Amino acid sequence: MIEILNADRCTECDICVRICPTNVFDAVEGGVPVIARHSDCQTCFQCEAYCPADAIFVAPSRIPLRPDSPLRDEDALLAAGQLGLYRERVGWRTTPVISPAPPTAPLPSSTIDYHRTVETLHRSTS
Amino acid sequence: MTTVRPPRAPKPVILTDSADLTTPLELLTDVLVIGGGPAATWSAIAAAESGASVVLVDKGHCGSSGVAATSGVGHWLVAPDTERRNEEIGRRERAGAFITDRTWTDAALDVAWHRTAELPGWGWERRGLRGANRLFGTGPADRAFNGPAPDYLRFLRGKVKRSGVVILDHSPALELLVDSAGVVSGARGYQRQVGRAWAIGAGAVVLATGGTTWKSHSLGGDVNTGDGHLMGAEVGAHLSSMEFSNFYGMVPFGTSMDKNGFFVHASYWDHTGAPIEYADLHVSRSELLAASTRGTITAQFTQFTEDLWPQLRAAMPNFFMVTDKLGVNPFTERFPIDWVNEGTVRGTGGLHVLDRSGTVGVPGLYAAGDVAARDRIVGAATGAGGPNLAWAIASGTWSGTSAARFARGAGVDGDGLAADDGRATRHRHGLAPGALARTAAIGLHSDAGRGSDERDWRAVVESTQAELLPITKSAFRNEASLTGTLAVLDRAWSGAHETLAGQGAAEIRTREAAAMLAMGRWATRAALARTESRGMHTRTDFPEQDPHQTHRLLTGGLDEVWVEVDPELPVTGPLPVPELTGASS
Repeated sequence: MIEILNADRCTECDICVRICPTNVFDAVEGGVPVIARHSDCQTCFQCEAYCPADAIFVAPSRIPLRPDSPLRDEDALLAAGQLGLYRERVGWRTTPVISPAPPTAPLPSSTIDYHRTVETLHRSTS
Repeated sequence: MTTVRPPRAPKPVILTDSADLTTPLELLTDVLVIGGGPAATWSAIAAAESGASVVLVDKGHCGSSGVAATSGVGHWLVAPDTERRNEEIGRRERAGAFITDRTWTDAALDVAWHRTAELPGWGWERRGLRGANRLFGTGPADRAFNGPAPDYLRFLRGKVKRSGVVILDHSPALELLVDSAGVVSGARGYQRQVGRAWAIGAGAVVLATGGTTWKSHSLGGDVNTGDGHLMGAEVGAHLSSMEFSNFYGMVPFGTSMDKNGFFVHASYWDHTGAPIEYADLHVSRSELLAASTRGTITAQFTQFTEDLWPQLRAAMPNFFMVTDKLGVNPFTERFPIDWVNEGTVRGTGGLHVLDRSGTVGVPGLYAAGDVAARDRIVGAATGAGGPNLAWAIASGTWSGTSAARFARGAGVDGDGLAADDGRATRHRHGLAPGALARTAAIGLHSDAGRGSDERDWRAVVESTQAELLPITKSAFRNEASLTGTLAVLDRAWSGAHETLAGQGAAEIRTREAAAMLAMGRWATRAALARTESRGMHTRTDFPEQDPHQTHRLLTGGLDEVWVEVDPELPVTGPLPVPELTGASS
């Protein structure tokens, strides 16, 4: 589900508001859109592909992540070039990557982290 | 390559478009297309080519909504070569357990083949998106798409707009409208980002709303709630093969990423680490699903050598974006998986179209894409990816052409193919939406009663999901559990007549809930009637395939749901065909 809409990068173009298939965002007059209906997010990654400012990160989890999840750590994800990763992969990124790290750098970087993530998901679904 | 730029379609007529949001937007058009995926866009393009004015309404945003925009562009394209067709169709017949019809498959492949050849002329190869969008041959006289996921639908949206079609995004249809003779003549809905109702009078309507996944959070599937099926059934359309509505897609654990071509030949281990053997995952995933009920299973793409990895990663950018975010390398390590129900999206059930005009048997109403049954093409197996996309082009083209012709008052011939008679000058439309009758039987019209609050529609959605989504109920079926499910859903249906009604944007929710519930009842009733196991339909009380049930099942009805054997028999090829009987269920 969408976890990050970076306010510094956002240009308030409202493309995410228009293209989100499930109407998750609300436009804000003179401001950054808000994630108004998080529970309607279907984890389809379209907003991450369409955001021209690489301001969005959609975590792969189809349920909301716990606050301490590494996939909600905005600073770390920014540093690792993970915002807008899907845009990069579909070939829509026309400007150089803003972040210093290569966009393919995985995060978290080890299998162990992933399995911890999975355990977390297990707990929150059971 | 020169770009072919056909004349734009005539514009719809705007009756009312007021800044006062309490006044509905009212339009008149020749053809109204409901939906925004491949079938809807191809249908709108075909209708515009026939000279019709066209309005396309999408619940979400045409171009990014639905299961195809998030997926790939791997159409099933087979050159019109008899040997190649026999080979490909034969394979699908076997997988689909011989309830298919090769005359339909052949016709659909023809349309998909000829239509995709037009794409370069529309600018597909000029998009300059890193050279990834190529229409290329994989063999002599073959052709295939390649390219990243969301490009195709974004491109089709552009083509739709250049064709002169008016697109209303975030404008779900809520119900069909009929004239005094019962001819489907429009629809009404709600512009959820504007906060205004819409009503459109149309010469003909195409339903292209997709299948349903009962909001299982599959990739892009939550917009597909069965709205079109319900609207169709309310004016008398039937459904087909609804028992094949229980396909499950494997995903990296906890995710939505069900685009999984590489899973089909992967290695699997159960929760104890023991390898899991399987037969053909295109046909049935029961071995893996069964193991999943005992504990979390793991997968690894062991079938590929390292030199192929970069190519494979590029072929599924969405899937590997997810595994990269999770920090897992599916080629080198075992990773846990679970399942999302893909309902009738990867299943094959849907509205029963009568012939290749795309008609559902109700005057003025046509169906295209996943909202229609794909049983004639893929039978009891999944149509995921290739066949469904080929079907979307074919049924979209058929329905759009036929709807334009019907709107001109010309009727529809057996082929459903309009003569190339140039531009329409006369529009059949002329009935303002206010003069038409509403058709919704459930989930709307709160004028008389109270409106539901959020708890009411959420309760219906949750009780439907509790019956339809669990593997233990839907992947493995038996008479007792199906009967239990049906009792729960029937009770919910009776109650929903009282509780599901809303005003404004709330109508979208109540209507979705009603549609999901209706789909659950048709699927369960059909599953109960098929007393055998075939393809994705696994009955633990009837584990064998029964040659006497080599037929398709029709279903329908709202308060009373019925199931009957389809009198139209499967048409299979030179392969051994089981003896057909009229055994009823």
